Amino acid sequence: MALNGVLRPGHAQIRVLNLEEDLKFYRDVLGLEEMGRDDGGRVYLKAWDERDHHSVVLRQADKGGLDLFGFKVDSPATLDKLEADLQAFGVKTERVPAGEMLGTGERVRFEIPTGHLIELYAEKKDVGNGMPYENPAPWHPAAERGIAPTRLDHALLGGVDLDGSLDIFTKVLGFFIVEILYAEDGKTVVAVWLSCSTKTHDIALIRLPEQGKLHHVSFWLDNWDRVLRAADIMSMNDVPVDIGPTRHGITRGATIYAFDRSGNRFETFSGGYIAYPDMKPLVWSIDHLPEGLDYAQRKLHQTFLTVFS
Amino acid sequence: METARETGVPAQPSSDSGYVAVTFVDTGETYRCQKRVGLLESMRRLGVSGIPVGCRSGGCSVCKIEVLSGSYQQFRPMSREYVTEEDLAAGRVLACCIHPLEDLTVRAIGKLGRIIARQCSNEAR
Repeated sequence: MALNGVLRPGHAQIRVLNLEEDLKFYRDVLGLEEMGRDDGGRVYLKAWDERDHHSVVLRQADKGGLDLFGFKVDSPATLDKLEADLQAFGVKTERVPAGEMLGTGERVRFEIPTGHLIELYAEKKDVGNGMPYENPAPWHPAAERGIAPTRLDHALLGGVDLDGSLDIFTKVLGFFIVEILYAEDGKTVVAVWLSCSTKTHDIALIRLPEQGKLHHVSFWLDNWDRVLRAADIMSMNDVPVDIGPTRHGITRGATIYAFDRSGNRFETFSGGYIAYPDMKPLVWSIDHLPEGLDYAQRKLHQTFLTVFS
Repeated sequence: METARETGVPAQPSSDSGYVAVTFVDTGETYRCQKRVGLLESMRRLGVSGIPVGCRSGGCSVCKIEVLSGSYQQFRPMSREYVTEEDLAAGRVLACCIHPLEDLTVRAIGKLGRIIARQCSNEAR
């Protein structure tokens, strides 16, 4: 079997300061599809080519940031096994009942040492991507509405105890290190890019002075042209752009970093390369972070290490 | 009908009316900013770095300032994580979320603002 265990990032629940304004942004500018609203007022969205019920959940709050980040696993049996493995590793877990999140089965929730809530789940309602499962077209009109990423791709999470969180992903959840950035001492990990698939990253971690921080949630675009189109759409809509369009040296992905209406950074991302677990990690030293971050300009953007929600 | 073409001088866009002076106590510099535009956005459009630019959406706090004199109006929500009720009462706000209503005197107090103030004082030495 090619891919098992943890399959992919499945949802990000993001706090927003003005739900209706941010819903407009995520739906009309980013181009996600609005999928529903629950009794608690949370709004559910998905990228056009995703087949599961939702990948982004917006929650009205008085501060920005990330409530939780969820990964889909291959089966209920894997969910049970990973829950036991986490507990054996000393991680406290709790079960969130099926249906607490629209269209979603039971979730196993735990906090990692960088202060983030991570969830695993095996079941989410298959709503399809708007095209039939038999003889489908390659895309449909939603693929051109707004920036229109095809999927939630990954997130970069920041906190103090990066090493503790890294251990959980690599020693318990089966992720492997694709690229890693070391401080001047050659030992302290500043940031690390981890995969549970063949993507260059399904999750990344960065060492920050504050706990539980969201650096960015990333959405996939098919190619560099789509990234440039995203840049035009951002400017047409006064979206605050942070960095790009450019290419990361780290992961080689084409990128734009920008912010939603509540200061949560998002990325529109494309490219990179196919990573396999037997490949040696690529190692970066901190003095090469400028080109690691922005290969085209070789510029260390100060906001990369200082601005997060 | 009068047009800009007839007078030979393009009419000034209406949004360009209403300027105030914003002075930074750390550097002593004063900038001309529009009343109807967010303070941080005015600074960004002027291309000056008196206030660090972060998310520009009320969420990250790098543009936090203390308003020492002058009145202003908040036009969008600010993250409670970085701006408390106490802050608001004391004039500590995010520059991306306020319009100046009159001349302001301000100090950058966000985590990057402190760096810029330190750099300024180092250069002054």
